Amino acid sequence: MSARFAVGETVKVRAAFPPGHLRTPFFIRGKTGRVTAVLGPYRNPEELAYGRSGEPALPLYRVLFATAELWDDFRGAPQDSTVVDVYENWLERA
Amino acid sequence: MSKERADDKTVLRRHHDMGGLPAGPVDPYGAGAEHDYAPWEKRVDAILRLLADSKRRLITTDELRRGIEELGPGAYDEMSYYERWIASVTNNLIEKGVITVDELGRRMAEVAAAWPAGAETLEGSHSGERKR
Repeated sequence: MSARFAVGETVKVRAAFPPGHLRTPFFIRGKTGRVTAVLGPYRNPEELAYGRSGEPALPLYRVLFATAELWDDFRGAPQDSTVVDVYENWLERA
Repeated sequence: MSKERADDKTVLRRHHDMGGLPAGPVDPYGAGAEHDYAPWEKRVDAILRLLADSKRRLITTDELRRGIEELGPGAYDEMSYYERWIASVTNNLIEKGVITVDELGRRMAEVAAAWPAGAETLEGSHSGERKR
């Protein structure tokens, strides 16, 4: 399985809001971040959650976001970051 | 998508997906922050691990999570951690036909009749431990 994105690349999380089980938290949808690690292929939890195989496995990425861009009322340090593991089906090239 | 629009989409945010929402201060030493697990909680943990092991493969972590998310906002907020686990495990096993609603209902009635004082008495008597 070849990963579509590389470490250092800027990616945008899809602003999608489907029902069902998914592992992409609400607070990063539509937001832009940077890939800091390619964690490897993992079976798709959106399928595993309903008793299916989760194949083909999807690349999972560690993505770093500027915390201040995630929440309007964030009052922490401006350089603070938030790291979320995101499956490839949720990422687009920014 | 702007931050404002994200806020407007709360109707599309599933209840459990609450990262970053106001929730008050966290007290790491408060009541319930650290506790010894009750015997029934350990049993729920064991049940899940046995159902998920390589021999049985009756449930995945993802199915457990999905079942917890589907308990709904009220149950999600009011039930304890392992209460949510066993509720999700139960629903998953019913969906898969491992147990039926009918046999579960009959067995629950049997247990309630045999142990009128409730679950804590049942657990304490079986394990020799008492809930603190």
